[in-house]
Amino acid sequence: MAEVLVLVDTADGAVKKSTLELLTAARSIGEPSAVVIGAPGTAAALKGTLAEYGAAKVYVAEGSDFDGYLVAPKAEALATIVGQAAPAAVLVSSTSENKEIAARLAFKIGSGLLTDAVTVNSDASVVQSIFGGAVTVQSKVSQGVPVITVRANSVAPEASTGAAEEVAVDVALSDAAKGAQVVDRVVEAKGSRPSLADASVIVSGGRGVGGAENFSVIEALADSLGAAVGASRAATDAGWVPHQMQVGQTGVTVSPQLYIAVGISGAIQHRAGMQTSKTIVAINKDPEAPIFELADFGVVGDLFTVAPQLTEELTKRKG
Amino acid sequence: MNVVVLVKQVPDTSAERKLKAADNTLDRESVDAVINEIDEYAIEAGLLLKEEHGGEVTILTVGPARATESIRKALSMGADKAVHVSDEAIHGSDAIQTAKIIAKALGTVEYDVVIAGAEATDTRVAVLPALVAEALGVPQLSHARKITIEDTAVTIERVSDTGYDVVKASTPAVISVVEKINEPRYPSFKGIMAAKSKPISTLTVADLGLGADEVGLANATTQVVSFEVAPPRQAGQVVKDEGDGGVKIADYLASRKLI
Repeated sequence: MAEVLVLVDTADGAVKKSTLELLTAARSIGEPSAVVIGAPGTAAALKGTLAEYGAAKVYVAEGSDFDGYLVAPKAEALATIVGQAAPAAVLVSSTSENKEIAARLAFKIGSGLLTDAVTVNSDASVVQSIFGGAVTVQSKVSQGVPVITVRANSVAPEASTGAAEEVAVDVALSDAAKGAQVVDRVVEAKGSRPSLADASVIVSGGRGVGGAENFSVIEALADSLGAAVGASRAATDAGWVPHQMQVGQTGVTVSPQLYIAVGISGAIQHRAGMQTSKTIVAINKDPEAPIFELADFGVVGDLFTVAPQLTEELTKRKG
Repeated sequence: MNVVVLVKQVPDTSAERKLKAADNTLDRESVDAVINEIDEYAIEAGLLLKEEHGGEVTILTVGPARATESIRKALSMGADKAVHVSDEAIHGSDAIQTAKIIAKALGTVEYDVVIAGAEATDTRVAVLPALVAEALGVPQLSHARKITIEDTAVTIERVSDTGYDVVKASTPAVISVVEKINEPRYPSFKGIMAAKSKPISTLTVADLGLGADEVGLANATTQVVSFEVAPPRQAGQVVKDEGDGGVKIADYLASRKLI
């Protein structure tokens, strides 16, 4: 059976859920093989999980330059591995860095690139959701090995036993790959919450929250659900929360299982980033707010009474 | 410090955007066209670099004849000149083909840095700047919220999930920007008048030394096989808070097995 390469993403030294989703999706095309690219010693702690989710092989390219330079070294390593494995497809999860890696890989190997797939079919064609969810397209790669980036939460991860046989890959990086050096990584907003891009539950706050100090209401609700915290552009433009929390046309696009929009009117800018969420709940004081047109369940009311009550209720029900 | 800013014309996001049934490509004719929003931030970044370091700002656009409207707007903001690659043969090109076209067109101008918006509102692929860097073999400095240039050293703050990464390279380099980087200026009346006489050089695929078999829908590396308009999301139940709104949401989530 043809191999399907899956680029492994990690958070705090563990395999991310989005990677488990890809290993699951890869099985519809062929036999998944994981690819670990990172600093020396990265792969050892990951192999157990990768085996549990069906990785037949684990290609390991380790070196200090992978974290030391932006994007290009990982794309070169992946191109080398594609050359060795001759896979039926390459899957990566749709983060901004991974999309750039995938694009540069596709360029190098003369392949087509499909981004933000929401379904991956057995022939490596995909379904994409465009124009903020208004149109659904079926696309395929017409030359080379399909390189596909897949949106988080598109597939439910399912365990399956794999051998996770390690294949060490020696990559001699070109000088050109070492053009953009990462000299520092600064953490501004580090919490225990999941990241927005691949969270299965997201609670977002908007203009109605009224100020940075009030965002604690959103955060408390998010924490009661184990959710990520997002925001509308109104809230990030006002400087209440950092830009990277913005969900929408010019921010992150998400499709979680549950999206709770609090004090967000639902301007097209915001809807474009979240309307493919499986379930949408809205709290807004304006009954005419467009967010209610797409909410599965909405409450017209003051977010400062409704949201804390919901937080309290969820905490109580968790026992 | 010569800067080239990549500018894309896109359908206005407030209009209903469509694909054309004839060839499954973007319908650019039936809707208002505007400068891709983040590209205005890229133009502003270019103008700020010119103000600080001198040199020229050149706008580079690949797109149909109508894209001159967007080019004129960019020139009215203060850019000096423009290159417009316009050719029927380009219609339907994918991101990789477009990057190759841009890389070739960059060969016709002098530049120290190329600046682009991080993502276009129509395709939302968000990889074009990385592809241009790959095609040119120069450093990629993408998703910048801050740019600092000293001599040939370019340093950016690249936004990350948790904060930012400081990334450094030498010119020439390709930079992409996010909207946190600045506040784009509005064209002044004087700027609008001046833009009318600024030079735009129009180039075809042949002018760039590219073959007709390297661009366009028929040679694209990906293909849209079919599309359908997604059924509109049905509005669900909306209730007025009677003092138990939070409890009602919890009940709803429980009924959907979401908690």
